[in-house]
Amino acid sequence: MAKITFITQDNISVVVEGQSGSLMALAVENGIKGIDGDCGGVCSCATCHVHVQADQMQLAGEASEIEKDMLELDDNVSEFSRLCCQIEISDALDGIVLTVAN
Amino acid sequence: MKHSAINDPFEQARVEQGYAQVSDQDDPVTMLLRLKDVRKCAHNWQTFQSGAVPGRIVVPSEVSIRTTRQIPFEVDPPLHKSFRELLEPWFKRPLQADYQQQLHQQIETLVKSVLLGEPVEVIEDFALVLQSRALTLLLNIPFAESELWISWGTHVFRSEGEALDGDKANILYDYIDAQIDKAMAKPGDDLYSMLLAAEVNGNKLSKEEIKGVMILTFAGGRDTVINAVSNTIAYFSEHPESLQRLRDEPEIRGRAIEEFVRYFSPLTHMGRVVTEDTQVCEHAAKADTRVSLCWASANRDASVFENPNEVVLDRKMNPHVGFGFSHHNCLGATHARQILSTLINVLCENVQSIDFIDGQENIEHWDEFKRKVGYHNLNVKFNPA
Repeated sequence: MAKITFITQDNISVVVEGQSGSLMALAVENGIKGIDGDCGGVCSCATCHVHVQADQMQLAGEASEIEKDMLELDDNVSEFSRLCCQIEISDALDGIVLTVAN
Repeated sequence: MKHSAINDPFEQARVEQGYAQVSDQDDPVTMLLRLKDVRKCAHNWQTFQSGAVPGRIVVPSEVSIRTTRQIPFEVDPPLHKSFRELLEPWFKRPLQADYQQQLHQQIETLVKSVLLGEPVEVIEDFALVLQSRALTLLLNIPFAESELWISWGTHVFRSEGEALDGDKANILYDYIDAQIDKAMAKPGDDLYSMLLAAEVNGNKLSKEEIKGVMILTFAGGRDTVINAVSNTIAYFSEHPESLQRLRDEPEIRGRAIEEFVRYFSPLTHMGRVVTEDTQVCEHAAKADTRVSLCWASANRDASVFENPNEVVLDRKMNPHVGFGFSHHNCLGATHARQILSTLINVLCENVQSIDFIDGQENIEHWDEFKRKVGYHNLNVKFNPA
């Protein structure tokens, strides 16, 4: 079980717990504002854009080429950007803090 | 070729030069064919404009048959953003449980009505009916109104031929005018009334603006949904193993829907007007000319999609542009996805297999490119589970 913190654009911090599946699905289940996950997690819509804390980038891992191409044209992109549909939940993510980008 | 396959006529041009020039009335179009170029141009609204003369970004151009600006489709940022913010909550209603229940009931009733053993003509008697009935939910108006829309037939802007037909388009425009007047006289909880009560940037919407939103809602979701639904039926008629797999593995249905949208690409392309001399794919694009973003070609780009010409039901990475891309992505995508999701759920529950009888393909002609987009008619038999 991993504890994940989402911070929304209106600066509300929500802590949720997850065991498996993607971070996007977990966020949608918990109604996290700004994470829509329109495409269901196939990396087509970029409506699950988050910023990972700088010191936690190794937990989230690096984006694939396809994900980078999507992020390149999204608003508010930074070097800490990820599409959270592409991050699988595992115990290793326990304590990760994600700021919703939009 | 298999009867449900959708060809990719753009492959050679996409690989060799990345663009193609096609004629359209007196206003030729440079089609962009590669996924990355399509996405970059879609994102760059300053140079590749949607807010041109109404009808010009549509291919074939509707300039000669329409003066009303479709909103937010033919508006660029920053005003575009204000309209999207107004409309998005309404167009996300398909995510609500009661909307989904009603849609399920509509589609289940329709599917059960065709399980009687008689052949069914899918375009007029299934896809058009399904699309029209579902639109009553999106507009939040009485179900009975769908009967009128069904009576219009599949072509609202065209007669039997391919040419645009202004008189036919006027049927829709006059109808929308009358519906706006009706909602002004007696406001309800429908989309017309919501728009009449709304403000954008502190201003009430004009009747012309409301008409622009409504034309987009009717036109943008008609042929596209009909193509998506009928291609899905044709695909299952040829691939009973896929219907069985989706029955056995409901967890992959979401991915299958995205894959159908990629593979079918119900809208081939959409235009933009170039605002300054520039280059696309090392090809000069002059100010006040047109380019088009070819979603159908981009969705078969082998530099991004493995086995692009196969339907891979559980395709995991699928960055398709079947609903467009960036600011102007499809406003009705939530509704469309919900329709496809519900249709697949209902078919899995009620239909064992679908027999293909015959069909006449709807082939679009863009100069040398001939692309199947769906069917003029499609006869099948649904076999109950």
